[in-house]
Formats: sequence, structure tokens, C-alpha cells
Amino acid sequence: MFVVQGLSKTYADGTHALQSINLAVEAGEILAVVGGSGCGKTTLLRLVAGLDTATSGAITVDGEPILGPHPAVGIAFQEPRLLPWLCVADNVGFGVMDLPRGEREARVAEAIERVGLAEHAQRWPRELSGGQQQRVSIARALVARPKVLLLDEPFSALDAFTRASLHEHLLTLWAASRPTVVIVTHDVEEAVSLADRVVVMRPRPGRVFETISVRAGRPRDKLAPGFDKAKRRVLNALDRSLKTAEDHQTPSAGGAELWW
Amino acid sequence: MDASTLPSQPSTSLPTDATNAAPSLTTPRSAVRARRTARPWLLGFVLPVGLALGWELAVRLGLAQGRLMPPPSKILEAFWSLARTGELWVHVGATLGRVLAGFAFGALFGTLLGAFAGASERFRWIFDPTLQALRAVPSIAWVPLFLLWFGIFETSKIILIAVGVFFPVYLGVAGAIAGIDRKLLEVGRVFRLSPFATVRRVMLPAVLPEWIIAIRSGLGLGFMFVVAAELMGASEGLGYLLLDGQQMGRPDQILAAIIAFALLGKVCDGIVVAATAPLTAWQDLRRGRL
Repeated sequence: MFVVQGLSKTYADGTHALQSINLAVEAGEILAVVGGSGCGKTTLLRLVAGLDTATSGAITVDGEPILGPHPAVGIAFQEPRLLPWLCVADNVGFGVMDLPRGEREARVAEAIERVGLAEHAQRWPRELSGGQQQRVSIARALVARPKVLLLDEPFSALDAFTRASLHEHLLTLWAASRPTVVIVTHDVEEAVSLADRVVVMRPRPGRVFETISVRAGRPRDKLAPGFDKAKRRVLNALDRSLKTAEDHQTPSAGGAELWW
Repeated sequence: MDASTLPSQPSTSLPTDATNAAPSLTTPRSAVRARRTARPWLLGFVLPVGLALGWELAVRLGLAQGRLMPPPSKILEAFWSLARTGELWVHVGATLGRVLAGFAFGALFGTLLGAFAGASERFRWIFDPTLQALRAVPSIAWVPLFLLWFGIFETSKIILIAVGVFFPVYLGVAGAIAGIDRKLLEVGRVFRLSPFATVRRVMLPAVLPEWIIAIRSGLGLGFMFVVAAELMGASEGLGYLLLDGQQMGRPDQILAAIIAFALLGKVCDGIVVAATAPLTAWQDLRRGRL
């Protein structure tokens, strides 16, 4: 169980990024966080990853407080952030160097196999495509077996086809160890096709606006009526979250579609 | 290809004519260009070889005297006779020894202080202004002082070379460390690397390419300063050979020494490039051509 309680963050320059965020995510659940720009999605992830410190509030994983980077929390960033001087296999194994060699190599090989890069294991990152690099990055985070995996808009720089195939890779990886996943995204379709619950945030300051459950099995059928319905609910919530933020300045009929 | 063979094209309009005529003109031209660029580096030889042959001919035909600027054959002759008698190797050895000793000290201190300056803001605040001020002094200006302080023998020469090597290495390393991608350092933080492990596994590999470039420009300056050091008084070394050639009125010897400098510098740089190439194999660069 991954719990966020009353989490607030005010930056040194006075920017009020987050205000009393409360979340409780079950083990093995996939939670998507969506919201307009400036609603503190990335700030939230950086706090959970222990890369920044919260102004107030607490984060716990299975009752253990997260005060800095923690082995129970893994993160894949918006950019792959691979170390250009290490080959794919060494990049994946970067975070598990303290494991005994045999186990490390077995884990790395398994993770690379799962993201479908077995024949690229000895290549340099620059020789891979953007989608392949992002797969390596996710494999690197998962190979340390975190209880919570954070994904910060990991697919936003990729085209739609690559994105869809990466969703499958992500779910395969997730199915192997079933960590809790928190994925920040601005793509509503991505949120609905991956997550059990979608949290919609509203900006200035960042707050949770609404939580929408997506009750559908995996793999998700994107043509099913339920999928579209869930998508519309999220879009609708997003639309309202932005409207309240702008104090009903520009009410428009097709706001949700325009946002999309 | 001709505009008239394309019925749909109005043959009177000027731009259309121009675009249709273009292929027939560019085809032979681009073929020539392709043939020429097949070995573009050969082009670099045309000018010096042409000039050398021209001068040689001019002197042979009696059009020029060639006393102050000897023809290539005489320069090569001087070079060979120096090499045959073994004199050349004594001078090369002396020069190389000085450069390597000065380079070793300069590169070592440049790397250390550069690393501190890149890593610690406080160190930078305290030391960098002084170092930058010293850097602004043309290093040759130290010569009289070094002669007074360290005598006229090897010590003063090696220190002068070390000073010359120090600054490019210091600047290169400090800049490289300050410029390490914070996003990669954050990856290290996420995996809870110790400060030592962060240095070893993230910072060192990240600065390595720029360090090598700094080392190379330091080595180049080392050769510049060894000439200055040897001109100020030495009994052997390529710089001495230059001075000796001037005093004896032998331009062929001066030019032979200059050629020896060029070859020596290129060989040393080549060795550094070859020795460090495996360390930066991950880079997508044609580093040897820099």
C-alpha cells in the first residue's frame, strides 16, 4: 500500500505547486495522474521519488516513510536518461550493481528479454530509437524490483504507434512483478488504457480534482463502449477542472474535445 | 531533357525553363564533384607540394638564389644528415623529455585543480579569480622570473612548460565538470549512489571526452612552450637547433628542426588519440580529425 497524506509543496520562489494531496494506492494497482500543465504532476512524482522534499505531509510505502531516494520506489523519467557510455545491458543493470554478479546478470537478461531488446543488449544507447531507449529506461527502473514504479510522461515524446507498443511492453513488465505503478500523463487515452484509476488534478495550486475508476480487464479493448465512456468521463472531469481554475472565464460547449 | 519534350510545360515562362535546364547542366558537374570528394584529404597536399616543387624548380633553373629560403632538397638533405649522425635524436630526446615532464606536472595539477573548481563552488570563489588573473599573463613573460628563481637548467624549462599546459587542462576539466548533465546525476541519486560511486560511475565517464580534448590542447601548448624554453638558452633540443641554425646562418637546419617539431607534435597527439580512443568508443564522433 502506497499512501500520500496531506502532501504540500511550496517552492523557494513562492510557487504553490501542490496543496494537501491525499492518495492511497493498493499494491499492484496502476494509477494514472492527468491534468493540465502546471498542476503539479511532475512535482508530485519527484516528491514520491525522494528527489525533492515536501513542505508538509507524508509519503509511505507499506508504512515506511519516504524521505529521500528509496529502494522501494523506482522512477522512469520523461527522457530516457540512459548513460551514453554504458551499453544497454549495463544501463539496465546500473541500479543493481551491488547484487552478486550471477543474480544481476540473470535479472538484467530477463528484463531486456521482456522489453524485446535481447539482440540489442550490447549496443550503445545512441544506436537505439527513442522508443527503444525508453524501454531500456523502464527496464532499468524495474530491474531493482521497486514496490512502486513512477513514470513521468514516459511516452510523451513518442509517436502513437510506438506509444501503443510501449504500453504493451509496460504491461508485460508490470505483470511479471506487479508493482504499484503511478503514471503521469497528459494523454487521456493512455491513462484509460493503462490505469485502474485515473486521478484528475487541477492547477494553481495542484490539487486532486476527481478520481475516476476504470473497471475493465486487461488487455483493454479500445473499441469497447466502456473504454470510450471512461475516456469521456476523464475528459469531462479535465474540462471542469480547467474551468474552475479559470473561474468560468470562457465557457464553451465542446470544451473537452477542444482540450483533447 | 529539354523543356520542349514536356508538352504540359509552357515553354515561354522563364522559371520553368530554368528548372528544366538545370538537370542537363548539373549532371556532369555533380559527377566531377563526386570524383573530387572521393579523397578530399588529397586536396590538402596540392598547395604545399605544388609550392615546394615550384620553389625547387625556380632554384634549379637559377630564377632564385635559395640562400635564405633553401629548396626542399636542401632541407631534406639537412634533415637526413642530422638524422644519420644521430644528432637529431639527441635533440629530439631532449625536447621530448622536457615536454613530457612539463606536460605531466601541468596535466596533473590542471586536472586536480580543475576538478576541485568544477565540483566545489567555494573552491571556485576562492581560487578561480587568481588563476584567471595568472592565465591572463602571457606565459613567456614568466621566463626572466623563472630564470632567476629556478636557474638556467632543466627546472625552469619544465616549470614554464607545466605552466603552459596547466591552463587549458584546468579550464577544460572545470568546464566539463560544471557541465555534467544534472539529469544523469539525478539517475545516480535515484539509485542511491554514494558520493564516491557518483564520481566513479557518472562524473568521471561524463567528463572523459572533454578531459581528453583538454589534455590534447595542453600537449599542443607544451610544444609551444618548449620552443620558448629552449630559445632562452639550452645546449641541446630542437629549439637549440633552431637558434644554432640562425647563428650559423643555416636556414636549412632551421627548417629541418621545424619539420622535426611538426612530426613530433603530430606523433605525440596521435599517440594520445589512439591511447584514449577505446575510452570514448561510445561517442558518435570523428574525434581523430579534430
